[in-house]
Amino acid sequence: MQVEVRKQMSHMWRVGLLSGLVLAAAAAPAHAFIAYVSNEKSNTVSVIDTDTWTVTKTIKVGQRPRGIDFTRDGKFVMVAVGDDDTIQMIDAKTQTVVDSLPSGPDPELFAQDAAGKTLYVANENDNTVTVIDLEKRTRLGDIQVGVEPEGMTISPDGKTLINTSETTNMAHFIDTASRQIVANVLVAARPRFAEFKHDASEVWVSSEIGGTVSIIDPKKHEVVGKVSFEIPGLRKEAIQPVGIGMTRDDKTAFVALGPANRVAVVDVATRKVTKYLLVGQRVWHMAFTPDEKYLLTTNGVSNDVSVIDVAAQKVIKTIQVGELPWGIAIAP
Amino acid sequence: MFRWLLGLIGLGLAATSTFAAEPVQIGVGYLGVAGSARSTLSLVDQPADNDGVAGARLAIEDNNTTGKFLGQRFTLEERRIREGEDAVQAATDLAARNGFIIADLPADALLKVSDALRDRGTLLFNAGAIDERLREADCRANVIHTAPTRAMLADALGQYLVWKQWKRWLLVVGSHDEDKLFADALRRTATRFGAKIVQEKIFEDKGGARRTDSGVTLIQRQMPVFTQGAPAYDVLVAADESEVFGAYLPYRTWDPRPVAGSAGLVPRSWDASQDQWGAVQMQNRFFKLNSRRMSALDMQAWTAARMIGEATSRTNSGDLKKVTDFIKGPDFSVAAFKGTKLTLRDWNLQLRQPILLVDGRMVVSVSPQEGFLHQVSELDTLGYDRPESKCKLK
Repeated sequence: MQVEVRKQMSHMWRVGLLSGLVLAAAAAPAHAFIAYVSNEKSNTVSVIDTDTWTVTKTIKVGQRPRGIDFTRDGKFVMVAVGDDDTIQMIDAKTQTVVDSLPSGPDPELFAQDAAGKTLYVANENDNTVTVIDLEKRTRLGDIQVGVEPEGMTISPDGKTLINTSETTNMAHFIDTASRQIVANVLVAARPRFAEFKHDASEVWVSSEIGGTVSIIDPKKHEVVGKVSFEIPGLRKEAIQPVGIGMTRDDKTAFVALGPANRVAVVDVATRKVTKYLLVGQRVWHMAFTPDEKYLLTTNGVSNDVSVIDVAAQKVIKTIQVGELPWGIAIAP
Repeated sequence: MFRWLLGLIGLGLAATSTFAAEPVQIGVGYLGVAGSARSTLSLVDQPADNDGVAGARLAIEDNNTTGKFLGQRFTLEERRIREGEDAVQAATDLAARNGFIIADLPADALLKVSDALRDRGTLLFNAGAIDERLREADCRANVIHTAPTRAMLADALGQYLVWKQWKRWLLVVGSHDEDKLFADALRRTATRFGAKIVQEKIFEDKGGARRTDSGVTLIQRQMPVFTQGAPAYDVLVAADESEVFGAYLPYRTWDPRPVAGSAGLVPRSWDASQDQWGAVQMQNRFFKLNSRRMSALDMQAWTAARMIGEATSRTNSGDLKKVTDFIKGPDFSVAAFKGTKLTLRDWNLQLRQPILLVDGRMVVSVSPQEGFLHQVSELDTLGYDRPESKCKLK
C-alpha cells in the first residue's frame, strides 16, 4: 500500500513530502522530522531536528553544496556540490558522505522519476541535463538545453521533465522516454525554479530577474497566467522569486522572494498574493514537513532557516545554520 | 539593403509559424578601432587585442543556444578600423549586411556613424564611449548605450565613499581632457552626495615612458612628495583616465590614506572577479571561449549582443524595426548577472545598471548603496536623471 501511495505522490519528491500521508496516518502523535540544509559557502549540510528545532549535526560535504533531496527509499540524501562537479550521497543513518554520482560540470538542481531509478541533473556550466541511473550510479546520457539550466521538475505521471534555463529564459519540456525536447516556453528573465501542481494541470516557474511566477499549461505549452508581487515600501528590483512550495490540496502556494526577505502566500485559484511573511534575508528555497504543518525556508544572507506555521501563516521560529544556506530537504 | 530587409521580414513571418524551416538570420556587426590598445601603468591591466569583441562573441553563442529553440541564427561580423580610416565608410559597409552594430568608437566617430546610418534604420549600441555628451546634448535616437557614463561611475564611487563616511576628498586630476571630464563628474558627485573636496591638485603629464627598469625607486620618492602638505582628508580620489599616475598612488601617499577613482577602489561596469548572482557560469563560459578573463568592455559588448538576442526571442522576430521598437519600449529588460534587471532610460537610451567597485582582485561593493533612494528606480541615483537631462532624442 505504501508503494501505491508513493507512486501517486511521486511528484512531491522535491520538498520531501514523500510518503507523508502514510506517516501522518500511521504516526498520529506529533512526529519529529529531520531536515537537511545545504550551506553554499560553508561546504556543509546542517541537520535539523524539527521537534526541538535545533541543529543536531553539521556534515562536511564537497564544495558549493546547493540542490538537495532524498532518494525515494529515504536511505540517502543527495546533494549537488557544484564546484566539485558531482552529486554526493549522504547515508541518512550514519549522516556521512558515502558515495558520489557522475553528474556533468557544476550540478545545481536535480529531479528524479517516480520509481527513484533515474535522476535528471541540471548542469549550469555546459547547457546540459545529465541523466543518471540511480541504481547503478552511472551516467546514461545528456540532453542539450538552453544556457545555464537550473530549475527541474517532473510531471506527476513521470512522462515530462521540465528544465528551466536562466539565460535562455525558457522552460524546456522534455519527454522522459525519448529524452527529446518537445516544447520550449519563454518565460520572464532568469527562470530558477519549476513546480508542478499536484493535479498536473499547471507548472509554476519563478523568474528571479523578471520578478514574476509564470503559470504554464503543460498540455498546450503556453503561459496562461502570472503571479505578480508588490510590497509597499520595497523597491521592485528586490522582489526576486526563487523557490516555490505548494500545499498538497493545491490551494496555497508559497513563493520565496529572495532579497525581498519575504515569502509570498498565493491563493492558487485566483493567482493572487494574500499575505507576505517576513523571513530571513535572501530567502532561497523551502520544504514542507511531511505532515505539512510547517514550512522551512533557507535564508541565504542571514544564515538561518525560518519555520512557518502553515495553517497560521506565521513565522514561528528561526534556526541558525551554516553560511549561505541554499537548499533544503526533509526526511520522509 | 531594401532587399535584405524584405528578406528578413519574410523569414520572420516564416519563423513564427514553424521553426523547422530555415532559421531567421540576425546579423550583428562589431565596429572597433584596431591597434588602440592603450598603454596602462600596470602590465596586468593591459587590455587584450580582442577586448570588447570577445564579449560580443560569447553573447552571440548564448543567443544561438537560445536561437536553436526558436529558429533564429545570429552571426557576428567584426570590423576594426585603422588610424585614419573612415569609420562612416566601415559602418556603412557593415550596415549593408547587419541590422545591428555594436560600436566601440570614440565619441566623435560614433556621432558621425550614427548620423550616417540614421535613415537606414540600423540600431547602434555604444559599448565603449563613456562620454556624458553622447547621452545629453549629442544624444541620438539610433544609439543605445550599454557603456556607463562618467557621471554614473563617479556617483557609484561617491555613494560608497559617503556611506563609508569618507567625506573629505583630495582630488588629483590628470592634465588630459578625459581626466578633466572625469574630475568634473567627481565634483558633481561630491556636491550631490555631500562630500567635500578639500583640495585639488593637477598631475601634469610631462611625457615619459610607462615602462622603465628602475621605475619603482623613482615613483616611491615622487608620490609622497606630490601628496605632501594636503589639508586633512579621508580619501584621495584620482581622475586619471589617461593612465599617467593613478596606479602610482596607493601605498605611496604622504598621509596613510586610501586611494579611489582611477586607481585603488575603481568603479566599473564589470570585473573579472565578479562572482555573484550566477556570474560564475558566464565568467567560466567566457574563459573557455577566450582563454582570458572578462573585462568591463567585454561585458558592455556582451550586454549589447544579449539585448539583441533578448528582443528577438521576446518578439519571436528578426525584423529590425520590430526588434528596435521592442528594445526601446516599456517592456524591455535584460538580465546581466548584476542582481537586478537592466532597463533603458527612455529619455536618452542609456542602460540602467549597478556599478561594481573593485580593487583589482575583488568586488568591494556594488552601487547604488543602501539608503540612496529614488522614486522610479534606485539605479537612477547613478548619473544624470530625467529632470536634469538635456537630451532630445531625434
